[in-house]
Amino acid sequence: MTSATSRSESGSAGDAGAQDAHEGSPKSAQPNGPAAGGARPKPAPPAGTPVRVTGAQSLVRALEAVGSEVVFGIPGGTILPAYDPLLDSTKVRHVLVRHEQAAGHAATGYAQATGKVGVCMATSGPGATNLVTPLADANMDSVPVVAITGQQTRGLIGTDAFQEADICGITMPITKHNFLVTDPADIPRVIAEAFHLASTGRPGPVLVDIPKDVLQETTSFAWPPEMRLPGYRPTLRPHGKQVREAARLISRSRRPVLYVGGGVLKAEAAEELRELAELTGIPVATTLMARGVFPDSHDHHVGMPGMHGTVSAVAAMQRSDLLIALGARFDDRVTGRLDSFAPDATVVHADIDPAEISKNRKADVPIVGDCKEIIRELIEAVKFEHDRGDRPDLSAWWTQINAWRETFPAGYEWPEDGTLAPQYVIERIGELVGPDAYYAAGVGQHQMWAAQFIKYDNPRTWINSGGLGTMGFAVPAAMGAQFGQPDKQVWAIDGDGCFQMTNQELATCAIEGAPIKVAVINNGNLGMVRQWQNLFYAERYSNTDLGTHKHRIPDFALLAESLGCAGLRCETADEVDDVIKQAMAINDRPVVIDFVVGKDAQVWPMVGPGASNDEVMAARGIRPLFDDDDVTDGPAEGGIVADRAVTDKAATGSTEDVRGEQNES
Amino acid sequence: MSMHTLSVLVENVPGVLARVSGLFSRRGFNIESLAVGPTENPEVSRMTIVVAVEEQPLEQVTKQLNKLVNVIKIVELDPASSVQRDLLLVKVRADATVRSQVLETVEMFRAKVVDVSPEALTIEATGPHDKLNALMRMLEPYGVRELVKSGMVALGRGARSITASQAR
Repeated sequence: MTSATSRSESGSAGDAGAQDAHEGSPKSAQPNGPAAGGARPKPAPPAGTPVRVTGAQSLVRALEAVGSEVVFGIPGGTILPAYDPLLDSTKVRHVLVRHEQAAGHAATGYAQATGKVGVCMATSGPGATNLVTPLADANMDSVPVVAITGQQTRGLIGTDAFQEADICGITMPITKHNFLVTDPADIPRVIAEAFHLASTGRPGPVLVDIPKDVLQETTSFAWPPEMRLPGYRPTLRPHGKQVREAARLISRSRRPVLYVGGGVLKAEAAEELRELAELTGIPVATTLMARGVFPDSHDHHVGMPGMHGTVSAVAAMQRSDLLIALGARFDDRVTGRLDSFAPDATVVHADIDPAEISKNRKADVPIVGDCKEIIRELIEAVKFEHDRGDRPDLSAWWTQINAWRETFPAGYEWPEDGTLAPQYVIERIGELVGPDAYYAAGVGQHQMWAAQFIKYDNPRTWINSGGLGTMGFAVPAAMGAQFGQPDKQVWAIDGDGCFQMTNQELATCAIEGAPIKVAVINNGNLGMVRQWQNLFYAERYSNTDLGTHKHRIPDFALLAESLGCAGLRCETADEVDDVIKQAMAINDRPVVIDFVVGKDAQVWPMVGPGASNDEVMAARGIRPLFDDDDVTDGPAEGGIVADRAVTDKAATGSTEDVRGEQNES
Repeated sequence: MSMHTLSVLVENVPGVLARVSGLFSRRGFNIESLAVGPTENPEVSRMTIVVAVEEQPLEQVTKQLNKLVNVIKIVELDPASSVQRDLLLVKVRADATVRSQVLETVEMFRAKVVDVSPEALTIEATGPHDKLNALMRMLEPYGVRELVKSGMVALGRGARSITASQAR
């Protein structure tokens, strides 16, 4: 198999000149100008002809040839040889970050925002081990990332040499694949294979570990190399018979739901999904990883399923007779207790990874393939069924769903102590900044509120750490997204706990010209943990108060200023809009807004840990019951009963039976 | 739980054994035995993995194994339609008084004596699992000094073969 010819070197690196060198860099603000000053033109040989180079030059040329625009990284002992030719590259821009973890998350943010492969680079030992968290993160969320690490000289490997770590061994379970390069002649092939593996099939992170002496040795470089991946053959075309069977089920079901996951987003199948939903009239639920792939503004959208999903999405899936799972993996946060999940549903499961099918929930109709291709063929097959007159009437189902939507809309209550409601802040950011911007979140309450209260209408505009749940993800991911989308506004919705894990990258943003906006939803606590302590640990708040309220340590506005950003603060509801607008107007540097919010706000709806989705709580003490709402009996009898739940945890705090109720403590 | 024999063709590259065994342990599957060696094609190694799982998790094992980039092909070998063999080396206490009885047992099982000393015999035997177990039951009374078994290796019966090139 030969690599795609479209990736072959365009052959005019010298002509490109320094002006065109940094297409990936944000244009709006470059306080210090382009990073690589004084780029020297270098002659480019015709494609395919081997030239004599060092391993390091071979690496940089290979990165250029595969189309990398930005590399996030930090140099160090063993990767040093690679940084020398990087200085001369007119195509690859290196962004010097402050911590390797951020390099990895930035590569992820870049990849999520653009669909291209994100690249990060680190030295051996601690540099490489600092990439472990972002690689695990990218692996869980199937993000195409290539990590390049230096390694000790070949002769020293295995001797516990300085800054030696077996990073291939360490990252084996958290990467799609990894390589240790032992021959400099292999560098172009391995880089081509790494990018191919990362970006095709089910995407994922790939690590390439290169010993220092391999980078220093003289070798030859030719492009495109021949890839050798005899064991890698992702299935892209679905099985026609399975697709027809799925269409047949769709044409006969009364309560179908499209359960849409991140795979649809990665397959770039938003258009096809919309066509399918409109053709069939089936309600669409988008998971945390899929927010934006189907417009929130679309009437067919019933919300996000799962632990903190909308009642309408959770209930629709739970009561469905046909679940059409597209690029989703029946994660425990979506299914709740698995044995009671969607008990009446026949399952059509379409995914590019055959190992996902029937892993958690047995699929009645398995379809392996690329979601874009699958949905296209499904549309044709459904049209065929329609032409035969098989078109189910979903009006009773929609009446039921609309009743859920109207009775249990997304909502929140203002804290009784007069503090600012965090949900309001996030909702206003979404309103004022709009659906064209990109939003990255950390992990916790603010992440869930950002998923619930910002309306996403475009694919890739919502970037978060779904599977691994990596606190500290927001700032570096937003930075990466900004380099990928220099003309768009990028907001990081962060918590005060998360922000204190990775805010050092604001220095990178300021110096390298990434004017991201960071909304720190500062409740002074590790909010989600506190919420669980409130609900499940008898309000014993062990080690969740960060002191950011009590002591104002750190002062986020001052911290921001010291990192070269604008630092703003907002403590009352009437300042919210003004401060957001103020932040939007600043484009010459990053902005941090310290939104000081109440600490008692909670994320609702909620399916308790280990509970069945039948137990979804719309708000504290409010449990929609599903016992007597059989849609076949018609909407009149299919109403929702809002019931006072009589569980211990609800009884502790709840005194009123009010819809949308939040906190009583 | 039932035993399943997987014949796995893998690229003959460093680290592939670690990838396979690591996958089994992190996904919570138990390897009963694993044997690996070169094949007729120097670029390909063959692993014979015996795993104790039910039908449903077996499908997961196979799918997860298939996701490893270095794994080329996986075939489950049915005991009825394949030849399955273990190699056993066992050192049995056998002085002059019992040696002839031990040798008789060796003869009966078509095993071989590969080393001899005044106090002990080392016996080599190949065969399916059951046969080797039966042999061991016979030898145990004499006193087993030391024992080593290869993992099981297996090939499908008949003229058909599993090759890497078919997979391509």
